[in-house]
Amino acid sequence: MSMFDGLKFRNVSSPIHRIDPRAKFIYVCVLFVIAVLFNQIIPLLTIFLIQIPLIIAAKVRREWLRLIRGSIFFATIIFTMNIISLYFYGGQQSLESIIEYSLSMTLRFIVLVESFSIFFLTTSPDMLGLSLEQMGVPYEFCFAFTTAIRFVPVLAEEAQTIIDAQRARGLELEGGNFMKRIRNYVPILIPLIVNAIRRSLEMAEAMESRAWGASKKRTNIYTLKMQKGDYAFILISIVMLAASIYVWLFIKIPSITQILQA
Amino acid sequence: MIEVEDVYFTYPNGIESLKGISLKIEDGEFVAIMGQNGAGKTTLVKHFNGLLKPTRGRVLIDGVDTRHVSVAMLSRKVGFVFQNPDHQLFSETVEDEISFALKNFSFPEKVILERVEWALNLLDLKEYRKTSPFMLSGGERKRVALASVLAWDPKILILDEPTIGQDSYQKERLRQFVIQMNQQGKTVIIVTHDIEFVAECEPRVILMANGKIIADGEAKQILTDIELINKSSLILPEITQVFMRLNDFGFPRNVISVYEAKRLILEKLFGGIGK
Amino acid sequence: MAIIETKNLTYTYPFAERPAFKNVNLNIEMGEFVLLTGPSGCGKTTLCRCFNGLIPHFYGGKLEGEITVAGLNPSEHPIYEMARHVGMVFQNPENQLFALTVEKDVAFGLENLGLPRDEIRRRVDWSLKVTGIYDLKDRAPFELSGGQQQRVAIASVLAMQPEIIVLDEPTSFLDPLSAKNILETIYQLNKDLGITVILIEHRLDLAAKYANRVIVMKDGCIVLDEEPRKAFLDERIRLIGVGIPKVVRLYLLLKEDGVDMGKVPLSPEETSNLIREALNLDRG
Repeated sequence: MSMFDGLKFRNVSSPIHRIDPRAKFIYVCVLFVIAVLFNQIIPLLTIFLIQIPLIIAAKVRREWLRLIRGSIFFATIIFTMNIISLYFYGGQQSLESIIEYSLSMTLRFIVLVESFSIFFLTTSPDMLGLSLEQMGVPYEFCFAFTTAIRFVPVLAEEAQTIIDAQRARGLELEGGNFMKRIRNYVPILIPLIVNAIRRSLEMAEAMESRAWGASKKRTNIYTLKMQKGDYAFILISIVMLAASIYVWLFIKIPSITQILQA
Repeated sequence: MIEVEDVYFTYPNGIESLKGISLKIEDGEFVAIMGQNGAGKTTLVKHFNGLLKPTRGRVLIDGVDTRHVSVAMLSRKVGFVFQNPDHQLFSETVEDEISFALKNFSFPEKVILERVEWALNLLDLKEYRKTSPFMLSGGERKRVALASVLAWDPKILILDEPTIGQDSYQKERLRQFVIQMNQQGKTVIIVTHDIEFVAECEPRVILMANGKIIADGEAKQILTDIELINKSSLILPEITQVFMRLNDFGFPRNVISVYEAKRLILEKLFGGIGK
Repeated sequence: MAIIETKNLTYTYPFAERPAFKNVNLNIEMGEFVLLTGPSGCGKTTLCRCFNGLIPHFYGGKLEGEITVAGLNPSEHPIYEMARHVGMVFQNPENQLFALTVEKDVAFGLENLGLPRDEIRRRVDWSLKVTGIYDLKDRAPFELSGGQQQRVAIASVLAMQPEIIVLDEPTSFLDPLSAKNILETIYQLNKDLGITVILIEHRLDLAAKYANRVIVMKDGCIVLDEEPRKAFLDERIRLIGVGIPKVVRLYLLLKEDGVDMGKVPLSPEETSNLIREALNLDRG
């Protein structure tokens, strides 16, 4: 399992999976706003912790953890860059406040990753395509979208096969100077591209043979209907948003430094 | 010689594809590795040129552990022809395609020219030497892929599902070709589930199911064993199916060749009368 | 009544020097099971692409002569209209599966046609049951085995309820057992539902027993068009390089030595029965 499995749909049955993608999308937007709104550690940490029950309810703990572990690399970069820039350009600030600020920026990044991850782990590409369709996006785009997602693992496997086939003819992919390395990828890219084109032609043939384009008004056997639970979910998200705005406007949140000094 | 010592292999996604494989293939042998899709056949042969390294156990090619050498080094001895030629072809001309591996293996210029000539001849591709491989038909592309592997004259030749999509004439040519290569001293290993093709070639058969070897021996014995065939989701060769139903006449069970079938029937009909 | 009729049909691909096939005269009746075979490049695949309009609409090129399929001229009707009468199943199962569940894939064609939802549901369920994959309906198509995937492809085409189903080497990528099962399923469609089947195949040993007609092409021409038993006796079939079933070869070998099995066998079962009879006759 790689880190990116944390962003791929995981096909289990859970209450979170059953929530309409549009409701979940609103949730992600709300979380985005909240995460950007606050600078301080306490609210960001709160938002981070609040989502944990969701992750557990969605039965996606393992994949999510993988993603978080994978993003530690970027988190560290963010942390370090913040420290450095504040130290040299932030004016006269205490070391503690620099560290605290950098920590909250890192936390903000992790919170965003967390919410996107929940969205993609619990929303099947089919449902996503369907919600786009119902929102009025032309069918061709929705189809292209779901098909692309469907073929990502297929193309990845094909790329690996091509790499294997060329390595079996003595192609060395490691080592050599920069130019040589780029040239070494030609025997990989050309078959990949040619096969992708061939594949799309075959698919187009099959699509045409199944009456593609027959009717301007296409039916869909699945429809997304917002249920009570979905509306409740949206309501909760909006309430969270409202509460956050209220806190942001009227409540002064102490920084950790201040708490520690007191 | 290929030695596989108690090899286990698990893919990164957690699927255990080989569950304790041990076998030896001597130089000059002709082997067919058979079994259902997913039995582990291709996974196994990918260990022979180092594309895959065992999770447990080891694979030795002429005494060298595959974990200690690069794929390129092993490929000098072990030529692997993949199932789909379109996973290999990328050059502007057939000539370039055939010389690709030779250049990778740092053959001298003069030798490269000789070898390309030889490979073009061997596989009847001389007229296409300056053609783009993409302009050729499916069967021709398969020959180009084969030529490009034979060009460096590996002593072990592995063919992964070479009969898929081929018509009878192409299969017959392939069969003769494979036998020719083997007679010239090459170790030939084909991975296939084409029963009739194997029945015609009668190689040593290694039968796999669920990541294990369930049989290893003569084609005639293995392909006619109903139990083994069922375990590996294959079917009996046509002629064997005929004789399976004629046991009560005293016919042997393990008949796979049309010629033997004819002989047996004629014997039964005229043998006693002494025609 | 002829459901496919062609007169002097000739087709040349764009930029090609020679036609892919020439002067093809074909007459296929409703309910037939036609086995179309021939060496690679003989034009059989190209010919079949004419039946649902892929030629000329998708491929372009020059199509000459007359062709009528299910009463329509494919050149004058869009492919999506021909699709209601002619279903096509292709060689590679992977590239004809579009959706993330089997159910949705089988519904794909019907959705395209804009049929009402409950009609689609009905047909999808029926189609899945007929092809024996109803229990797979919520699975993801690309997780299935090759044999199962081809069944999904067949079910998707079947759901559109065409009069004709064309299958282009559907067993190429399948292991022998799956190949056998799929051909049996296709035969059931022909026998029970009366669907006209045109099957392009090299594996004559598996397919011959289902066909009522074998058409052999070479270099763009129809060379043989016969009932299977007669077709396999014809010398030309061997000269062309088409692989006849081993049981037929056995029949011919025995005939050479003066033993006539009586009938040209098309399956191992038939062969054993014929040999049994011959041996019993000899004894009795």
